[in-house]
Amino acid sequence: MTRHTETPLLSVRGLTLDIPLPSGVLHAVRGIDFDLHRGETLCIVGESGSGKSLTSLAIMGLLDKNIQRSADQLDFNGIELTTASKRQMRALRGDRIAMIFQEPMTSLNPAYTIGDQLSEAMRLHRNVSREKARARAVELLEKVGITAAESRLGQYPHQLSGGLRQRVVIAMALMCEPELIIADEPTTALDVTIQAQILSLLVDLTKEMDVAMILITHDLGVVARVADKVGVMYAGELVETGPAGDVFGTPMHPYTRGLLRCIPQPGKTERGQPLGTIPGIVPSLVGAVQGCAFRTRCPHAVDACRGAIPEQGAAPHEFLCIYPDGAASAEGEMT
Amino acid sequence: MLPFILKRLGLAILVAFTVSFISFSLLFLSGDPAAALAGETASGEDVEAIRVLYGFNRPMLVQYGEWLVQALQGNFGESYYFKLPVASLIADRLSVTMTLGVCGITFALLTAVPLGVAAAIRPNSIIDRVALFLSVAGQAMPSFWFGLILIVVFAIKLGWLPPSGATTWRHFIMPTIVLGYYAMPAIMRLTRAGMLEVLSSDYIRTARAKGAGEGRVMFKHALRNAIIPVVSLAAVQMGFMLGGSIVVESVFALHGAGYLAWESIARNDLPTVQALILIFSMFYIIFTFLADVLNAWLDPRMRSS
Repeated sequence: MTRHTETPLLSVRGLTLDIPLPSGVLHAVRGIDFDLHRGETLCIVGESGSGKSLTSLAIMGLLDKNIQRSADQLDFNGIELTTASKRQMRALRGDRIAMIFQEPMTSLNPAYTIGDQLSEAMRLHRNVSREKARARAVELLEKVGITAAESRLGQYPHQLSGGLRQRVVIAMALMCEPELIIADEPTTALDVTIQAQILSLLVDLTKEMDVAMILITHDLGVVARVADKVGVMYAGELVETGPAGDVFGTPMHPYTRGLLRCIPQPGKTERGQPLGTIPGIVPSLVGAVQGCAFRTRCPHAVDACRGAIPEQGAAPHEFLCIYPDGAASAEGEMT
Repeated sequence: MLPFILKRLGLAILVAFTVSFISFSLLFLSGDPAAALAGETASGEDVEAIRVLYGFNRPMLVQYGEWLVQALQGNFGESYYFKLPVASLIADRLSVTMTLGVCGITFALLTAVPLGVAAAIRPNSIIDRVALFLSVAGQAMPSFWFGLILIVVFAIKLGWLPPSGATTWRHFIMPTIVLGYYAMPAIMRLTRAGMLEVLSSDYIRTARAKGAGEGRVMFKHALRNAIIPVVSLAAVQMGFMLGGSIVVESVFALHGAGYLAWESIARNDLPTVQALILIFSMFYIIFTFLADVLNAWLDPRMRSS
């Protein structure tokens, strides 16, 4: 957090993703802004369908063809991704920006050995010999805590457990020493006991190698442990962003507060006390969306919430709510 | 990989023996072979004499063993009708059928796989529509009719190709197209469906996230996985084609094994029918075995099963 004077590694301004549907245009992501500096970990939280994964795919340039991407700025280290050619994007992917997907069971190709799949990115981007790529693969497999790394190279994905496969996927992302890793719910599909291991491995390695990371998750416990910065997404908008300590310490948006009440806190939540829930459902994002999308579920909504909501707060802690103080005091009585 | 191959080979041999026994038993299932040989006017003594002469009075298993030993040496007895050794009779005809079969499946694969891939890359595009049209037409058109149309157009009207016979490679062009086009739709559709499924899978996204180009994604990552069911289907169709297509062989007057089979059945020429059934089944067994090995090479998960 001492690095905010540097130019950010990734700077996103006004990222918008629209999906044309027969019933109208689905505004899946609606003008989000954030900055990510070198070596920082940004956690994006939010419920399913809030646009987290689409945001990550939009940065990678891997959106389905039917999704329309527009942005005022999508700057990665001086390269404007919105105008980058396919070739430029291909050169970035797997080399300077790597991605880790949710499903370790299906994100490796069943027909090729671990060694082939680990070497691939390096062979594509670095023009190195087979031996050199394999040596690097062994080195990284050891780094992600896989024993007998050498002999694993000849194994196929189906011979490995889910936890091992996700370690392989992490090693694969690190092959070319990327500057940015986007991890889309990397532990969701794993056993609970393995989740913590894989997550701390990922965080340790990104810190050690000074890689910036966007970690997409809906697990707030994870966020509290690893995030430098937090972005809370709701219905296609980043409703609150800021340093992790600030967002968790003084959550400003009622949605963030609602999320925080949904997780048990040791010492605070009493045995038998029901956990919080957020009543209502996410509004449809098909057609024009006006005002605060959370207002139908918000206990403090007022008429002004129907209008445009300007950014509130001051950098680095910003949020999209015009009534945060009132909400805070009102909720203070509830909790 | 080697244990897998040996296991499949063992299985294939077992199946081959079973099939050989069944094809041998045909002789007995179709009535008294001695009576059939002797003809309708023969007396009881004549039939009995033939029975002893041909050894039909001995236990069936003994006869089977004897027949099998002979068959393994390539001796399938003498054709009742042609009065020639069945082996040489079939060898003659089989070369025509094998040429046609190999050309037919090659034509089918070379058209169906690229079309299927292209259709899957751009679903609902012009290419996809054309591929769909070709496959529906291929499935709907009877081979004999398509063959006749080709003869009318290319042999009679344009005079580019010979209408019938099997003497030069040019004689095989139209039969190849007719036979191959018959097998093409199924292969094309299976390729398309397989590619569509594989292209939406997570590991394709992983490959793209690594920076792999579209060509590499399509052919290295996707096709290898999508082609696996196609291999099995192609093997069965290959077996089918080498069994000879009676229709195609008749239309183009190619005197191949399929035509021979039809003739022999019509004439009750049992040794020939027996030998043909055995040979056709062996083709199926060999191609299924080869397809299994090829699939195991393509998909490592199959090697362990």
